[in-house]
Amino acid sequence: MSERKHRILIAKPGLDGHDRGAKVVARALRDAGYEVIYSGLRQTPEQIATAALQEDVDGVGLSILSGAHNALLPEVVRLLRGEGADDMLVFAGGIIPDKDIAGLKEAGIDEIFLPGTPTGKIVEYLRARL
Amino acid sequence: MAVKDVEQSSAVKPGDGGKRENPGIYRSRALEASRQAAERWRQQKAASEAKRPFWKEDFTTVSSMEVPHLVTASDVGDLGPEQVNTVPGEFPYTRGIHPTGYRGKLWTMRQFAGFGTAADTNERFKYLLANGQDGLSVAFDLPTLYGYDSDHEMSLGEVGKCGVAIDTLADMEVLFEGIPLDRVSTSMTINSTAPILFAMYLAVAEKQGVDIAKKVTGTLQNDILKEYIAQKEYIFPPRPSMRLITDQFAFAAEKVPRWNTVSVSGYHIREAGSTALQELAFTLRDGMEYVQYGIDAGLDVDAFAPRLSFFFNSHNDFFEEIAKFRAARQIWATVMKERYGAQNPRSLMLRFHTQTAGCSLTAQQPVNNVVRTTVQALAAVLGGTQSLHTNSLDETLALPTEENARTALRTQQILAHESGVINSVDPLGGSFFVEEMTRRMVDGAFDYFREIDGFGGMVEAIEAGFPQKELMEASFRFQMAVEKAEKLVVGVNSFEVEDEDPIDILYIGDDLATTQVASLDGVRQGRDRGAVERTLDALKAGAAGSANTMPLLLDCVRAYCSVGEISDALRDVFGTYEEPAVF
Repeated sequence: MSERKHRILIAKPGLDGHDRGAKVVARALRDAGYEVIYSGLRQTPEQIATAALQEDVDGVGLSILSGAHNALLPEVVRLLRGEGADDMLVFAGGIIPDKDIAGLKEAGIDEIFLPGTPTGKIVEYLRARL
Repeated sequence: MAVKDVEQSSAVKPGDGGKRENPGIYRSRALEASRQAAERWRQQKAASEAKRPFWKEDFTTVSSMEVPHLVTASDVGDLGPEQVNTVPGEFPYTRGIHPTGYRGKLWTMRQFAGFGTAADTNERFKYLLANGQDGLSVAFDLPTLYGYDSDHEMSLGEVGKCGVAIDTLADMEVLFEGIPLDRVSTSMTINSTAPILFAMYLAVAEKQGVDIAKKVTGTLQNDILKEYIAQKEYIFPPRPSMRLITDQFAFAAEKVPRWNTVSVSGYHIREAGSTALQELAFTLRDGMEYVQYGIDAGLDVDAFAPRLSFFFNSHNDFFEEIAKFRAARQIWATVMKERYGAQNPRSLMLRFHTQTAGCSLTAQQPVNNVVRTTVQALAAVLGGTQSLHTNSLDETLALPTEENARTALRTQQILAHESGVINSVDPLGGSFFVEEMTRRMVDGAFDYFREIDGFGGMVEAIEAGFPQKELMEASFRFQMAVEKAEKLVVGVNSFEVEDEDPIDILYIGDDLATTQVASLDGVRQGRDRGAVERTLDALKAGAAGSANTMPLLLDCVRAYCSVGEISDALRDVFGTYEEPAVF
């Protein structure tokens, strides 16, 4: 790793309060040496993008189980890219049907982690991508 | 929480020769023989272990509770009469609240359903009723749960996704169209906006001409404390939320006496990552908090306590779950009698609904979930549940398809009609192991109660973040145990297959939001604007003062005020709650 710890924002877009996965991932990333910021619940895409830019993070992890992913996740990428954050890595986890994955990736979500993914796999992914 | 091994914790110590008085079922001579047998087993165990070392280190429960390798009569011989010398239908109800168990009445098969618009869900309800389901259980979408209308900015992408979208009484009328509310009991999974949906349900019953005082039966989940701990669909801070609940206690006791006002819910606590013991302890302590607030509001405990029910999770670890259900009844009866002075036996009897554990299901090899659900449902039935929801095999991917929902219901019907497990009440009562596990659950829950009392109560413990932190720790420990393969999950970290074919899932598109928003606009245009303003103003004034909010809410819903408008009126008075973003 570089001299500076990589910073990751873990965010919960939309209304769903299921934060078990987000918090487990946040903690696992912290234990793996990342500086982790957790957004708290019920964030709009605007709030998430603003936090990511203010905190100057290297990556944004979006946790969503409510089915609102198509409406909310691409919007986060659009807002970030609109502000010139071209390298900021956006990844997601949660309950996302197979048929939506290609569309989300086209919209700039770099990787999607489905239920049952070990946190170690997310750490490996970040090490490879950052 | 570490639990001492039975070999050390047994109150009857080897060598005290059975001299102390033993209130249990086993007389001293038999106990002595059992002690000698246990000693012989310990010697054989040592020799056997040397030859055949244990094939894994961790033989704990799914919650990491220590499990005794063997329990004998001498270990449980000192259990008090409250546990062993009791029969079903008798205080403290460890063995069940009805003397006749499932011979008198099977559990209610109550499958949770809701998606899309009210018309979509009404169709699914009719399908489930036609397939032999006895009661309805409504899942609402997130905007409804969180007090936003379908056209609110925060509702983007969420309308009708995780449940049915309800904006006004007009939706509620469609939801129950053709379903007679004097004959079907309805459970509604709704919490921060529960009083609003309760008012809507009563208004629909009125329109159907149903006698509310005599015929309306059902349950509101309405358990706001667990929202702060686990599911996080709160709106207001804890104290005004508790006031709304005590208002409903008073209102329902007088006007809707057959309605269960709160279903104190451990289900979500478990889904959020708790252990079985934490689920038991936090849920019962939440229930105790509602009782205390009701008493503090000047209500007679026996006027509202019989209308509290419970909702538990049934996870994979069979005996741990059965022990949890038996312990729950015993603890509730004991605290209601001794701590709160309840006199009515119905205040002491813990009645509960169970749902099999959604969080135990795997996206990998989803058909295996039918097996998990069956084991969990069997534990719930052997634990004496009054009502059961069995999850569908696809629920870790999406809401269930009609076919998978039917298989889940059939699982219950097979248990009820083919397995024979309904024939005897509490058939595991007296099992040395089950009684010992039950005792551990009881003792562990009282330890937690003492800790929570130390904060001043559950509201204070929540404000201090105590149960939230306990859950976070437990869920992280469990995840790490799975990742290190200390706990095997079939299909996930063991016995995997490559290249699985995806299964068909129910896909809910985004177009229904347009339909829902259009129908909300129609209602807004067709209603009496003056009545809307008048009833919302009256609600605000009542909420700011000390009036019972329920009659005011009924006026609001009858005027077709929306869930969002009513919630905003209350937000103005009560403020909103935000949890600190810690992990």
